[in-house]
Parts: sequence; structure tokens; C-alpha cells
Amino acid sequence: MVDETELITAAQAGDREAFDELVRRTYNDLYTLAARLTGNEEDARDVVQDAYLRAWKGIDRFRGDAQLSTWLYRITANCASTHLSRRRRLRTEPLLPGLDPVEFRHEAQPEAMTETTLDLERIARAVDRLPAKLRSVVVLRDVYGLTHESIAEELGISLSAAKVRLHRARKRLRDEMFEEGRAAHAV
Amino acid sequence: MRYEDVADLLPGLVDGTVEVDLRTRTFIESDLRCQAELARYRRLLRGLGALRTTYLEPAPGSLAQTLNALAAEGERRVARSILTGRRVAVAGAALGGAAVAGAATAAVMVARSRRRLLAG
Repeated sequence: MVDETELITAAQAGDREAFDELVRRTYNDLYTLAARLTGNEEDARDVVQDAYLRAWKGIDRFRGDAQLSTWLYRITANCASTHLSRRRRLRTEPLLPGLDPVEFRHEAQPEAMTETTLDLERIARAVDRLPAKLRSVVVLRDVYGLTHESIAEELGISLSAAKVRLHRARKRLRDEMFEEGRAAHAV
Repeated sequence: MRYEDVADLLPGLVDGTVEVDLRTRTFIESDLRCQAELARYRRLLRGLGALRTTYLEPAPGSLAQTLNALAAEGERRVARSILTGRRVAVAGAALGGAAVAGAATAAVMVARSRRRLLAG
């Protein structure tokens, strides 16, 4: 298997095959992020395609001081933000319901299969139910680990707005997860 | 200080997004309700972090569609660069032609003015 750095260098030199290989390696990851940000499959497909087109056009600008995945996450976040605001202008109905949790596929990572993963589907559903603005921030920060600064930049919001949204999102999730849990135990 | 005074800080305090003064920190560390609440937030963050390795299955054909779009973009780029190259060649030829014509005109004018001077 060719090393990622070699593929990046080749892609930067204009090798489309090398870039295609990078797409194949990262597609599911980026698609998942796009789906979590947009809340539905169709939009996720469009966003992820747009993200790769932008990445291909801008691969020269990737300097390697961050991981390729982080660079791609930022592009995807920006594309999703543009896509969602365009959609908000075109449509007035609420977002489509969240993705069906049965589509989830856990990577075989035994260390991740802790007690918390028992609640993964519930957490994912709770995240899907958040308003898009809160969901974007919590997904990018708490799931994908982007910095507050990167999130603010890619979503086109201020740093303080990013932090406020994160705070609200966590609070809502906490209420939903633990109040729901308490109610379920009470039954 | 009461739990209610600091409850709103806890979602940010759990990962250092929010910083608090020493007095508040001391209270939070000693208050059982705050500690229980922080534990819930920590658990929530662990769960969210675990979503990172939980992939969603794209619809069949999505990857191929993206690769095709990239191929089409590549072809457009090549076509654009060829067109740009042709335009540059045409513009260069036109400029070259204009320069030659200009030089010829100037030579004729200089020759005429010399002849006039000699005749005069």
C-alpha cells in the first residue's frame, strides 16, 4: 500500500490517480462527517463531492502542517455550511429526519467498545435532532476534534458564537441523554 | 456559592473551553452535585468522541459518482488549459503581426521623410 504522503506529493504534482486513491481511502470518513453535518444522505453526497472537488483544486495549498484528514474535515465543514445556508434560502420546511441508526457501522476498534459505546446510537440520534447550527459545532468539535478557531473560520461565525453554540449543544445533549435515560429507568 | 451559580459553566469547564477563578474552581471541586454533573458531561464527550469511528454507509455508487465528477473536472481543466494556450498563441500571433506591420509602416515613413529632406 502506497504511503499517504507519497500520494499527496503525487497529487500535488497533478497525478489524478493518486488523488483518486486518497478519495477512496477517506471517502467513508468524509461522507460520515457530511451526513452528520447535513442530517441527510442526499445532501451528504453533494457536500462530499463538492468537498473533494475543492480539495483537488486546492491540493497545492495543502502544506502538511496538519493531517490530511483535518484539512479535508475543514473543507467539508465549509461546503456543508454553504450547502445548508443555500438550502435554508430555498426551502422553508424543516430538515429531513435523521439517518436511520441501523446504517451505523462500527469500526472494529476494541478499545472503543467501552461502556459509553452502548449509548452510541442514542447519542447519534440526539445529535441528529439538534438544530443544524448547534449540530455543526458539536460534531466538528466533540466528534472530529477541530479547534474552536477552525470551526469559526469554516462556518463563517465569530469565535465567541462558536463557543456559545457548543455550550448550548452540549447542554441540550446532556438534557436529552440523561433525562431520557432517567425516564427510561423509571419505567 | 451555590450549584445554580456555576451550573452554566460546567458544559465548557469539562474540556477547558471555559476558565474559572480559583474560588469558583474550589467550590466546583468540593460540590458533589457539580462533580456528578461534570461526570455526565465527561461521559457525553466520551460518547461523542466514539462517534468518530462509527461510520455511516454511503449509498452504493456514491464513491464512483464522486470519482466521475473529479474526472470530468480534470477534463474540463485540460480543455481550459488547451483553450488558454490557443488563445495565447492567437493573441501572440496577432501582436506579432501588429508589431511587424507597425515596424514596416515606421520604416516607410522614415524613408519618405528622408527622401523629402534630400529633395528639399
